[in-house]
Amino acid sequence: MSTLTGVGEPSSSNRKREVLDRAVIRFCGDSGDGMQITGNQFTNTVALYGNDLATFPDYPAEIRAPAGTLPGVSGFQLQFSSGQVFTAGDSVDALVAMNPAALKMNVADLRPNGILIVNSDSFTENDLRKAQCKSNPLEDHSLDAFRLFPVALEKLTRLALQELGLDAKTMDRCKNFFALGMCNWLYNRPMDSTFRWLDDKFKNKPLLSEANKLAMKAGYSYCEATEAFQISYEIPPAKLSPGTYRNLSGNQALAIGFVTAAQKAGLTLFQGSYPITPASDILHELSQYKNFGVMTFQAEDEIAAITSAIGASYAGALAITTTSGPGMALKTEALGLAVAVELPLVICDIQRGGPSTGLPTKTEQADLLQALFGRNSEAPIPVIAASTPGDCFWVAVEACRIALKYMVPVIILSDGYLANGAEPWRIPELSEIPDFPVTFVTDPVGYQPYKRDPVTLARPWALPGTPGLEHRLGGLEKQDGSGNINYEPLNHEKMTHLRAAKVQAVAQEIPDVVPVGDPEGDLLIVAWGSTYGPITAALNAQRAAGKKIGHVHLRYLNPLPNNLGEVIGRYHRVLVPEMNMGQLLWVLRAKYLVDAIGYNKIQGRPFKQSEIEAKIEEVLAQ
Amino acid sequence: MATATLPPLTKKDFQTDQEVRWCPGCGDYAILSAVQSVFPELGIPKEKFVVVSGIGCSSRFPYYINTYGFHTIHGRAPAVATGLKLLRPDLEVWIATGDGDALSIGGNHTIHMLRRNVGLKVLLFNNKIYGLTKGQYSPTSEFGKKTKSTPFGSADRPFNPISLAIGSEATFVARSVDVFQSHLRDTLKQAAAHKGAAFVEILQNCNIFNDGAWFDLTEKDARSEHVIQLEHGKPLIYGKNRDKGIRLKGFDLELVQLGNGVTESDLLVHDAHHPRAAYAFLLAHMEHRPGFPTPIGVLRSWDELPRYEDAANAQITAVIAKRGKGDLGELLRAGDTWVVK
Repeated sequence: MSTLTGVGEPSSSNRKREVLDRAVIRFCGDSGDGMQITGNQFTNTVALYGNDLATFPDYPAEIRAPAGTLPGVSGFQLQFSSGQVFTAGDSVDALVAMNPAALKMNVADLRPNGILIVNSDSFTENDLRKAQCKSNPLEDHSLDAFRLFPVALEKLTRLALQELGLDAKTMDRCKNFFALGMCNWLYNRPMDSTFRWLDDKFKNKPLLSEANKLAMKAGYSYCEATEAFQISYEIPPAKLSPGTYRNLSGNQALAIGFVTAAQKAGLTLFQGSYPITPASDILHELSQYKNFGVMTFQAEDEIAAITSAIGASYAGALAITTTSGPGMALKTEALGLAVAVELPLVICDIQRGGPSTGLPTKTEQADLLQALFGRNSEAPIPVIAASTPGDCFWVAVEACRIALKYMVPVIILSDGYLANGAEPWRIPELSEIPDFPVTFVTDPVGYQPYKRDPVTLARPWALPGTPGLEHRLGGLEKQDGSGNINYEPLNHEKMTHLRAAKVQAVAQEIPDVVPVGDPEGDLLIVAWGSTYGPITAALNAQRAAGKKIGHVHLRYLNPLPNNLGEVIGRYHRVLVPEMNMGQLLWVLRAKYLVDAIGYNKIQGRPFKQSEIEAKIEEVLAQ
Repeated sequence: MATATLPPLTKKDFQTDQEVRWCPGCGDYAILSAVQSVFPELGIPKEKFVVVSGIGCSSRFPYYINTYGFHTIHGRAPAVATGLKLLRPDLEVWIATGDGDALSIGGNHTIHMLRRNVGLKVLLFNNKIYGLTKGQYSPTSEFGKKTKSTPFGSADRPFNPISLAIGSEATFVARSVDVFQSHLRDTLKQAAAHKGAAFVEILQNCNIFNDGAWFDLTEKDARSEHVIQLEHGKPLIYGKNRDKGIRLKGFDLELVQLGNGVTESDLLVHDAHHPRAAYAFLLAHMEHRPGFPTPIGVLRSWDELPRYEDAANAQITAVIAKRGKGDLGELLRAGDTWVVK
């Protein structure tokens, strides 16, 4: 045990250690087995060590499907590397499976000769029956292609914890930390960050913290003591740009992005929200930040969530509402109100598989056309999309800036993959983010509710309580300038054009797109959102193989960057990979009359790098 | 100090230059007039008033009163107003709504705003019909109501708005009538004085699509015979000759004729401040019983609950007091970090 006190020291064993440039590990088990926690802890450990990384948590919509069954399997995949990482990895190098169901659902992704650690205590006849296994995979040679390590996780964990006087159920719940300890040994990682996390999480239950630490240490020493693993691995730190880093998920990034934007604007942040997967974590996160003056409101429904935000915006707050596709559908009428009354508002749609309830915990990007057009009549709204978990921070700040400057609602598109996925994020200096202070009109002389700024076309923001500026807002058509109700045909046409021109005016400050890779050539990939990772990885590989390819990843989806049409014209072919049936494709074909090719995956899972590469090769061969 | 030198506000200050577009003879005019009379008497600067509405005839109200106003979307006024109040507890926010807006499409927001006790004043114009869509039955229309959408009569049982409000634990519940001007003004003043959510149902005549819906209460003699006016601390007595009353019998109400040994001292004395809503609920249900009068006035006024916006803001103040004002740099650097050189 003495080797463990020097946590962080290299293993003292004489066994072989191999240096790799990257590794992909996946933890899978029952929803109740703590796989997300295990994965997050390992992620934190490798992040602190300085590896670049990307994660892919994949869990069922059911909180606890019947234990041991196929629908209850939850997984967490992580790729970490000494180089750049763009995806959680196509195939898995090391798989930890807590039961036969998890093994069955995940083993297909394990590469030949990959490491397979299974909890042999959960391969009883009953377990096998629940997983619909006809024979025991540990005995039927179906796993011969892998390096199989059956470990009695429950027995060994109980043995390690026998002194603590815990009941069997509590001891069994620590077995994921035994498995985690094994992985820490396998990849030569210290355990101290996980110990710190346990101490904090169980600060009122020190016995549980102790139990999990003991289980983890036992897992580590098990590898140290037994000859099971003949080899361990070392993945040196990555050469990231200089700076201070933290590990950040997309939803966390949005939350702190909004707090940042509120400070940069000098406004109170208001969030109206109704719980919905996978957006709820933004509400959980922001509700902790009351000391930043953040007002969170868990509304009675999606409609109250957005309309309360409109009320808060009317009161002078930086108002946001956060949801997923079904909630967006409910908010559409209120979005139209925000367009009509021209109040700033930010709406986050953390997309998931649909239609209807669809795949609540799985990712998709099929709400693009809903975001662009999903309202009655002509109701244009700027739409921007995040491309990585860390990018969610910058997108949150940018959406708020546009909303306040142009007095418009702005839609942010993220998705389940970005929301729950994490990556190392370089923490910006506050001075890197410009202030965007807001001016409220207070002078009654010449005040008109719909008088417009000549550059942005924004109307003045007058707060209730300001003497002399009493005015009426509403969803009825208004006369330009005065804001009085007006049904005249030409006024309506003028107002419709003004609302469109105001959104289009945002394009004046959108930077021109500069393709990554070849500035002209055989193929341009145009994409948006969370496909950034696999496309970038595929592009690098294909260009290294000599292909002439460029990549434009759109942040601004409405309005589109001014030079996009010109850039598209520089390539022979245009490929648009999307996790939908071809929504950006539809927009590009309509707007630029380009015969772009769609590549569509609608499986609730992100693209693999290999899939994109195969498609690139196919298109270039045509 | 400056406000002391300003001339006091008058009704005229609350009139707008906008053409009022309600039908001639609509009960809404009387309600508008009462509100414009009451607002200047409340001692609140004009710019502090905000009138929020949904959709429907009643919801055009903000355009006709010279305060801050927000004509929102159908049924959502309570949610918009809740967001406004959370940010600006200092504002005097009134909601103008109707039976369809507040009880049908916006029913969810109405009950949740009441249970939260947001400091809003709700004026529910109840004409038991959809006016702006030209005459369909509403959630307060009587069973069997024949309308354009129910030519053979509706099969719906109606809501009693004040029962619903009391059931939602509203802390102030009152009822008045468009044509009872002084009673209406007095009721509005009491609502204004309430700190928490105040719900006022105003029985209102739609002379185009449901003319006479309330004549049974408002026509000559009907008021004294069919209406009982509740006043805190006064016995429940009514009738042209003030010879009928309500007394408590067990857990129920009993209609009694005064005389033959029954005197005023036997009658139930109205306690609007009773902490339990069950009492007000009993009163609200009188009108559903044969022979009983319809109650108007303040059924419930129990102002002991904190307002939602105060509680929510107090939480922010308390967390800041405990943890100190948030430091953005620290927030960005929260958790485990590492440095790449």
